[in-house]
Amino acid sequence: MITRLLLAMPFLTVAVLLLLALGALLFKRNLIKMLMGLSLMESAVNLFLVAIGYRQDGVAPIFTNVPQTLMVLPTVQALTLTAIVIGVATSAMMLSFAMVIYKKYGTVDVRNIRKLNG
Amino acid sequence: MMDSLALHLPALLVAIPLFTAFLIPLAGRAGDTARSALVLLGAALTSLAGLALAARVFARGTVLYVFGAAAPHAAIPMDSGGIPIRIIFQVDALGALMVVIASLSSLAIALYSLAAESRQSGKDGFYSMLFLLVTGVLGMVSTGDLFNFFVFLEISSLAGAALVAYRIDKGEAVEGGLKYALLSTVGALSVLMAIGILFAQYNALNIATVASRLRFGSLDMIALVLLAVPLAMKCGAVPMHFWTPDTYTTAPSSITALLVVSSQASLYGLFRILFTLYGDLLRFNWAVFGWFLVILGALSAFVGVTMAIPQKDVKRLMAYHAVSQTGYMLLGVGVGLAVFADAGALAAYGKTAMAGGLFHIINHAMYKGLLFLTAGAVFYRTGTRNLNRLGGLGHAMPWTMVFFMIGALAIAGIPPFNGFASKLLIYESVFRFSPFLAILAMVVSILTLASFVKVFHSMFMGPPRAEFAGVREVPAPMIAGMAILAAFVILAGLVPQVFVDRMIAPAVNALVDRAGYIAAILGGH
Repeated sequence: MITRLLLAMPFLTVAVLLLLALGALLFKRNLIKMLMGLSLMESAVNLFLVAIGYRQDGVAPIFTNVPQTLMVLPTVQALTLTAIVIGVATSAMMLSFAMVIYKKYGTVDVRNIRKLNG
Repeated sequence: MMDSLALHLPALLVAIPLFTAFLIPLAGRAGDTARSALVLLGAALTSLAGLALAARVFARGTVLYVFGAAAPHAAIPMDSGGIPIRIIFQVDALGALMVVIASLSSLAIALYSLAAESRQSGKDGFYSMLFLLVTGVLGMVSTGDLFNFFVFLEISSLAGAALVAYRIDKGEAVEGGLKYALLSTVGALSVLMAIGILFAQYNALNIATVASRLRFGSLDMIALVLLAVPLAMKCGAVPMHFWTPDTYTTAPSSITALLVVSSQASLYGLFRILFTLYGDLLRFNWAVFGWFLVILGALSAFVGVTMAIPQKDVKRLMAYHAVSQTGYMLLGVGVGLAVFADAGALAAYGKTAMAGGLFHIINHAMYKGLLFLTAGAVFYRTGTRNLNRLGGLGHAMPWTMVFFMIGALAIAGIPPFNGFASKLLIYESVFRFSPFLAILAMVVSILTLASFVKVFHSMFMGPPRAEFAGVREVPAPMIAGMAILAAFVILAGLVPQVFVDRMIAPAVNALVDRAGYIAAILGGH
């Protein structure tokens, strides 16, 4: 029972993180806070990827001194690394957008970032 | 030598623009001429690789490329343990059609940009990003791997957003770019989540392998929604079209034309997901998803055009028309999907409707690209996009006017231009499915024509205006870029049957041939 609960913990964390992220994206007016929400969402998805890749007593396929022949193909771990790199690029770009918008508009409140309309 | 080159075409297709992108800052240090030469060379080689690959696919069927394997075309090499663990590019006729679109457009756009951006600063970054966007689009339409699709989707989104925001323009462009980046990122994360859900169940990322193992449980349906909604959003379908006008308006015109192509790569992704990944004839409720596309398409077509009519900004107007035209593609393919389980109806009009929808994708990329480029040409000389302030440019910019006319008549579906050819296929087949939808599609066409007559009138007609006295025709590279697209618009309008038989019909067959797509990787039917 407790092991099952423990194994479910990562997925519960993912759900909580996703809800927090959606809340920030939908209800926050401050652009920086919205970007924090986006970053949270990235973390949630990355955690989800790592969690589905967990195999109990699994061994990484590093071929020196392996204790057994059964090894786990680290596909999701590779995916997560790629996703982290993409996430860093996205965050950096969007934060620089936020900086430019603050310089030009004097605000990061999305209610006031409305030059494009119609 | 030629043979081994041909063998590696799918890899070259992505490698050439990728390397060009990172060589550009180096060439830029040697001066403007060197950079321009590299841009031209890179664009020409990319197009050449794309067209050669497409020709090969149309002649011999699906092309596979397994990265890192000893023999690139062996789907499951000996050392793979019986499952495709490597990244595989799988270009079937549908992918090849998209490769043709991206190749032709990117060449025209690169040519056009050379002149249109010549007076701007920061050209190294601009062209690097442009080639990254092309890389992303070409990768999306040729990959056979779900995660790889996500990576290319992100490459095209990030490069696209950066390009939209590149000319800051008092912050407005950054606002457009931010909107695009925010929606794309949330969409891409949703796609990644869906890929995770599928991988957790089926231990595979290869599209054909996942398709063959799919059990259509409730988790798979969640994954379907997480995949389909963001892709429908990225192709700009109503009610998720709100980003298109802002993003298309604020981007430099050449980039807008490329964003149209990138949104169509998302449309390709949507079709690939619905038809190949989830398209199991026995276990899948085709009619529901067909109607989903049909309603999305009819709404997009009608709402897009009604929003377009009152616009004062020429690019904003065209952006709403892009939403409207995407509706035709969804409508055509949706009708095909809705009658898919009914073999009689499928043969009678379903396949024609899909052919119309797919033909409209390539036609739209060409004439809408052309229209955005002409709008950019007018902006390049006059510095305004406001229709109320423009006028009388026909005297000074005859070439731009002719290209605009060609594009406008094509988008309104007037013969002998390509828009007519694909719309006719859609009208006649959709009429047999539902007369109401066919009439709606025709009404949308009439409204489109009315809207573009107004634009034509307010931009080019009337006496020459004093404030535009110094306006001249745009430089030759911009005319050449527009001419490439215009030539296709006319050619596909004059001999549509050639295009339908050689490219569109194979693409339709590839779209519906789920077993064939799977068999290309796993073997056997």
